[in-house]
Amino acid sequence: MAERHLEPDTPELRERWGNWSFNPAWKAKADEAISHYPAGRQKSAVMALLDYAQRQVGEETGTQGWLPIPVMEYVAGYLDMPIIRVVEVATFYTMYNLVPVGKFHVQVCGTTPCMLRGSDDILAACYKRGMRKGHTTEDGMWTLTEVECMGNCATAPMVQINDGNYEDLNTERLDAVLDALVAGETPKEGTQEPGRHTSEPSGGPTTLKEMVTENHDYRGEW
Amino acid sequence: MPKLTVDGIEVEVPAGATVLQACEAAGKEIPRFCYHERLSIAGNCRMCLVEVKPGPPKPQASCALPAADNQEIRTDSEMVKKAREGVMEFLLINHPLDCPICDQGGECDLQDQSLAYGRGGSRYARENKRAVTEKYMGPLIKTVMTRCIHCTRCVRFSEEVAGVDEIGALYRGENMQITTYLERAAQHELSANVIDLCPVGALTSRPYAFEARPWELKKTLSIDVSDAVGSNIRVDSRGREVLRVLPRINDDVNEEWISDKTRYQIDGLTSRRLDQVWIRKRGKFQPASWDEAFKAIAKVKAGKKVAAVAGDMLDCETMFAAKALLGAMGSKLIESRQTGMDYDVSSLPAVNFNSTFAGIETADAVLIIGSHLRSEAPLVNVRLSKAVKRGAKIFVVGPEWETTYPATFLGSDVSVLANLPAEVEQAMSGAKRPAIILGGGGFAAGAHGASLALADKWNLVRDLEDGGTWNGYNALHFSAARMGALMLGFVQKGGIADLVKAKPALLFALGADEVDFTQFPDALKVYIGHHGDKGAHAADIILPAAAYTEKAGTYVNTEGRVQFADKAVFAPGDAREDWTILRALADALGVSVDFDNFAELQAAMVAAVPALGEEGLADYGADLPKGELKASGEISYPIKDFYLTNPIARASVTMQRCSAELLHGEDLAEAAE
Repeated sequence: MAERHLEPDTPELRERWGNWSFNPAWKAKADEAISHYPAGRQKSAVMALLDYAQRQVGEETGTQGWLPIPVMEYVAGYLDMPIIRVVEVATFYTMYNLVPVGKFHVQVCGTTPCMLRGSDDILAACYKRGMRKGHTTEDGMWTLTEVECMGNCATAPMVQINDGNYEDLNTERLDAVLDALVAGETPKEGTQEPGRHTSEPSGGPTTLKEMVTENHDYRGEW
Repeated sequence: MPKLTVDGIEVEVPAGATVLQACEAAGKEIPRFCYHERLSIAGNCRMCLVEVKPGPPKPQASCALPAADNQEIRTDSEMVKKAREGVMEFLLINHPLDCPICDQGGECDLQDQSLAYGRGGSRYARENKRAVTEKYMGPLIKTVMTRCIHCTRCVRFSEEVAGVDEIGALYRGENMQITTYLERAAQHELSANVIDLCPVGALTSRPYAFEARPWELKKTLSIDVSDAVGSNIRVDSRGREVLRVLPRINDDVNEEWISDKTRYQIDGLTSRRLDQVWIRKRGKFQPASWDEAFKAIAKVKAGKKVAAVAGDMLDCETMFAAKALLGAMGSKLIESRQTGMDYDVSSLPAVNFNSTFAGIETADAVLIIGSHLRSEAPLVNVRLSKAVKRGAKIFVVGPEWETTYPATFLGSDVSVLANLPAEVEQAMSGAKRPAIILGGGGFAAGAHGASLALADKWNLVRDLEDGGTWNGYNALHFSAARMGALMLGFVQKGGIADLVKAKPALLFALGADEVDFTQFPDALKVYIGHHGDKGAHAADIILPAAAYTEKAGTYVNTEGRVQFADKAVFAPGDAREDWTILRALADALGVSVDFDNFAELQAAMVAAVPALGEEGLADYGADLPKGELKASGEISYPIKDFYLTNPIARASVTMQRCSAELLHGEDLAEAAE
């Protein structure tokens, strides 16, 4: 976390992003988000707009996207709100990338359940490929971030790569996912454990067994 | 009106009060960092925890908890003591404890409260402390952000009071950092108030850095003269030098704030000072003695052909003494409106800020005519932004400026007053408390009569439904001496042109620097003042006098509020208090005035104008004269550079730097210090 910082405001950055604006598709979405709030409360849409802006930047750079300062200024102008308030929001949430990211943004969950189930090995596997926390590899392929709980504790450990979650990982499964991504394939999202569908108990249910096939009324058995 | 008990003491507080306020009403001190009476409630420092019954069995933040009937508050229980100790311990985990090299030392909330409520040790002493980089906030605010405890008072001040969102809290949790956007300088006229608000040493005063410890300073209660608001200030001095100026709390005038100019022009008090007598001989100033100067003045044998112009920062006593001196010589050629304005001064309510500053907050429609409020009276601008938050509509006639609230600009020619848009007419005539503010630009453009006509048309002086009275007609001056001069009659009907017409042989310029002295080619010009500024350059004889911190005096602010200031330090070198110079001149010129000491002078002044003897609002009545609605003229604002409006500020390095960096965008490298 401590590595989070804003990309410095340089003339090159201004030149590259100074004239940035929403393209028609994202503009339509942005206006839709603003329309969810009463007139005069357009500022409430700031989080949605920052996300859209980041995604459009992602489309333009072939990555998950990030938020250069001129883009944040554009959003502030779009919502008629002070720029410092926009920067406050963007810096608060890890969902917004403040510096350019690689093609694949690997976010490894390091919170307790994932850690107990082996997130240290997952991180080690990432390091082996040359990734460093908070950095992008030189080939522009990978950015590694350690994040806090992503809410997939039942299928820990997990990583989120761009918009997809990959769960029930171990070193081999992670390697398979990453190799597939490098090869340009689309690996299956969600649990990587063979035979498991989502986050159901692995090895079959241990409670409420009668409910598996049909509805069962337990009330008489209490 | 909830009734509750605090430590067994029963108190009744107004509805909507918080538990913290109830505790204060019961005389209990509640430690706090983030809570501030004039800012919104944040509730993030947790220092104000108290025990509340009924309620959950844990301490609660009293600043954000509404007081309710039958609550039992304990501020003295074991739970509260432990809670405070715990919060203090947490706050100090990352605080560098560098008090010996911190400018806040001795007046630091964190120091005081850790002494009073801390546990005297830490279980986190071996933890590494967070390091935070310094943030540049401009030439006035010095930052040491490792000391920041994230109370967010500065963030709330800039948003709520200054009305300019420029300070924010970036990142989150332990990494939270307070900064301005891209570390640009804070750019508004009240920015330095965050220094007072900061409960720790994170934001301290840059010009005052490492100058003094608070306990070394002599504290003198005084009145500010940098604008006509008459901010109540405390002058902190050591030896013969004024080191800093802080605001005093006065809810009727400046609340708790002062402008950056009030606070930082004082380093101009030590440079470009006139500290000896000078006489111009063959075009060059030569040092001289008082006797020589007096003889040279007497030699003119001016008789009745003597005139006096008063500057913008004079106290009433000086003006009265000058008036008495000229009166004894048989002359009535006195004027205080240096730049040649000649608006009608026969009626004081027509040139006064009648609504009062506190009153203008309650206005619901305001028409500003020719006033750049942010530079002419930043604290009145704060009041107006409060009015806007309560729903007031603001219209401005004059060139556009950056308001800190929504306002409609109606054009810069005063002729628009005779032909206002329907929207304005409707808002003003439909308002319960309509107000007009006529600024210096409006006076100069000849809108005085038109504004009076509008006051009559909209019935600005009225009785309110709730039984009170309302006077919505306001003239906003920006010269601290103006209302005092008007009360003393230190004016001519035709302004300074009357003085020019009389062709005086002797002209006293009392700290007057804005006068066009080429209008008086035949007069011996005697400058009595404290700074070698425009007035001194044009003078033939310079008599060194005292600045506002160096003399006691009476000032009247633009609402007609009479206020007394004390003397903080002695004037440098040969400089004397102004009235003593005028008294000595009376002897030198062979006339007699009836005062020999300051008390007699004050007594004579009060006898002449009784209202000046009583602190508080002078009563001018509410009879506004009628005016002519037709007017025309382009408005231009008289203040071109907020930071350099008077000789003291012009001599101040800090103000020059502010002007260069903040107004003229000159990039002064921080490293150049």
